Amino acid sequence: MSDNIPWWSREVFWKKTAIWVTGFMFVVLIVLTLDTLPKISVGSEHVPAYSVINKHIDYVFNDERNIQVPVIGKDDPLFGQMLTEQEAEALVTHGKKITQGRNCMGCHTLLGNGSYFAPDLTKAWLDPAWSSEEEREQYMIEFLMDPQENARSFGSGRTMPNLHITKEEAKAIIAFLKWMSSIDTNGFPYNFTVIDKEG
Amino acid sequence: MSTVQLNGGQQLAMKYYTVAIALFVAQILFGLLSGMQYLIPGFLQGVLDFNVTRTVHINAMIIWLLYGFIGSVYWLLEEESQTKIVGLKLGNFAFWLFTVAVVIVVVVFLVVQTGPGDDFTRWFVNEGREYIEAPRWADIGIVICVLIFFYNVAATFMKGQWSGISGVLTLDLVALAGIYLAGMFYTTNISVDQYWWWWVIHLWVEATWEVLVGCLMAWGLMKTLGVSRKIVTTWLYIEVALMFGSGILGLGHHYFWIGTPEYWLTIGGFFSALEPIPLVAMVVHAVYDSGVKHMKANNNPAFAWLIAHAFGNFFGAGVWGFMHTLPQINLYTHGTQWSASHGHLAFFGAYATIVIAMIYIALREVRGQQSFGADLPDGGWKWKWALGLLNLGVVGMSIALLISGYEQSFIERAVGGSTWLGYFTAQIHPWFVQGMWWRMVFGFVTAFGIILLVWDLLTIGKHNKPSAEVISPTQTASV
Repeated sequence: MSDNIPWWSREVFWKKTAIWVTGFMFVVLIVLTLDTLPKISVGSEHVPAYSVINKHIDYVFNDERNIQVPVIGKDDPLFGQMLTEQEAEALVTHGKKITQGRNCMGCHTLLGNGSYFAPDLTKAWLDPAWSSEEEREQYMIEFLMDPQENARSFGSGRTMPNLHITKEEAKAIIAFLKWMSSIDTNGFPYNFTVIDKEG
Repeated sequence: MSTVQLNGGQQLAMKYYTVAIALFVAQILFGLLSGMQYLIPGFLQGVLDFNVTRTVHINAMIIWLLYGFIGSVYWLLEEESQTKIVGLKLGNFAFWLFTVAVVIVVVVFLVVQTGPGDDFTRWFVNEGREYIEAPRWADIGIVICVLIFFYNVAATFMKGQWSGISGVLTLDLVALAGIYLAGMFYTTNISVDQYWWWWVIHLWVEATWEVLVGCLMAWGLMKTLGVSRKIVTTWLYIEVALMFGSGILGLGHHYFWIGTPEYWLTIGGFFSALEPIPLVAMVVHAVYDSGVKHMKANNNPAFAWLIAHAFGNFFGAGVWGFMHTLPQINLYTHGTQWSASHGHLAFFGAYATIVIAMIYIALREVRGQQSFGADLPDGGWKWKWALGLLNLGVVGMSIALLISGYEQSFIERAVGGSTWLGYFTAQIHPWFVQGMWWRMVFGFVTAFGIILLVWDLLTIGKHNKPSAEVISPTQTASV
């Protein structure tokens, strides 16, 4: 019977096709992964070193790429303290671990991934919600330590629960958020309005 | 429930199915709580915050589907391999280990909830990464259980006989287990973190799980309709070629905005646009075979759920995914209720449906019936209403969430520039809020559906006269 079946509908043809296609695509993925990983390592063009938290970070429109891109500016140390690369890494690491431990992704998105119950945190450091660059650090600390009292609900009635974040923890979270805002995300989020620089 | 006539693998399968359904109920219950928190700000705040209810909602889903898959594979294992399962005791041990681990994880999620930013929290409380929030100790437990499962599957087929279905299934399980490891490490670099995190999430859901349900579909069509093995096997190979051909690099649609190079926009956009094609193939396959067999199934509920799977997979994963997969639109929809809409329809359409179908296939034999057909004493109203309400509920939720998603993409993203003000402006817009209300209404429809489903699963075929002849497991494997 199988002799009457054209080659393109034979089981063995599709079996071989399935194996070769799967193998080929997997190899391509490995090659692309090997190319991508160095390009997203810390200190690369897209993902700056942790010590970027010592600098001023902006998000401006790039005519050539036709999207907004992060721009690293002059010295602007977080909480007025210049940190070494190791100190910055330790602080950002602590911050990220806190965001995981408090399950921030259970409500927020980071780089657009997570839950949709609360605002995206990718560019939270640059958000106009913090009034001005001068007041930003203080407002962020107050908000994180007592998000009920210092709620930013914009009329929604939705507030962040009090996760009992200490001042030290708040600073670490802010360091992580500042570093994350410097990642080049190919223009996401689009058409973002950056916090008032004048104060 | 008498399981005396079942083989060892099937008895083990029934345990997995039982926990699967219990977790399915938990998924819907916590989904209702999460949905309510959108409508009533402050609902359960400080007790079960949204991040708790939502975490339980999505983790219960992942785990009940895994239980359903493992159960389904154990169900067909001895029949397909024509031999006895090699490590039944080990399989039972893994079942209990897995179940105890799941219970502990859920209790910790509900009671402890969160912890400080130290390694202890990630190892024993919550890893804080969407879908794989389970702490690291549980990851290791899951890997042990999956390895035992894999050993049972591979060794049983090696001892007995191989088939096209079992070959694809076994290789797929290697990939499924291996990929999970990509999510088991910590890194501060969130771009690298999410790069590997998507290997677990995408390559499971959009590649290895799809191939796994392709195997179950092939087996299910043989079982319920008596489709020839040669036909389902050829289709399975076609599906695998199309699925991995599009789905592996389709991973790129998650690499648009996480810090990755711009070439992923092209690769991800192109290959993910191809991802619906294998799902079309699955629909054609299922509908064609049903037509050839004049829709004469020996198990109407299972057959109906298989057809629901074919269409649900195509619409939920294929169409709903395609709608927002191109970077040109995804820039506005990424991380909005669009994703929630797609998630609801796809997970239900592609996966919940086929696990339910497999459970009905199992129950027919558990209850010693020759058929679950029109001769069911109550006309089968319970399974029909459960099917209708669950599908209506999930489709309704998906459309409601899509409307909210459209509004959110427009108001928050396109106009509001994705600031916190833009976010909340979209969240309080009447169109968004209406969508959330309708989601809640259809959430309750879904909940009624599951009540009926559980009732039906517990009772279907129980009051029929048991058929004199019990279908022997080997009878249909050689069809």
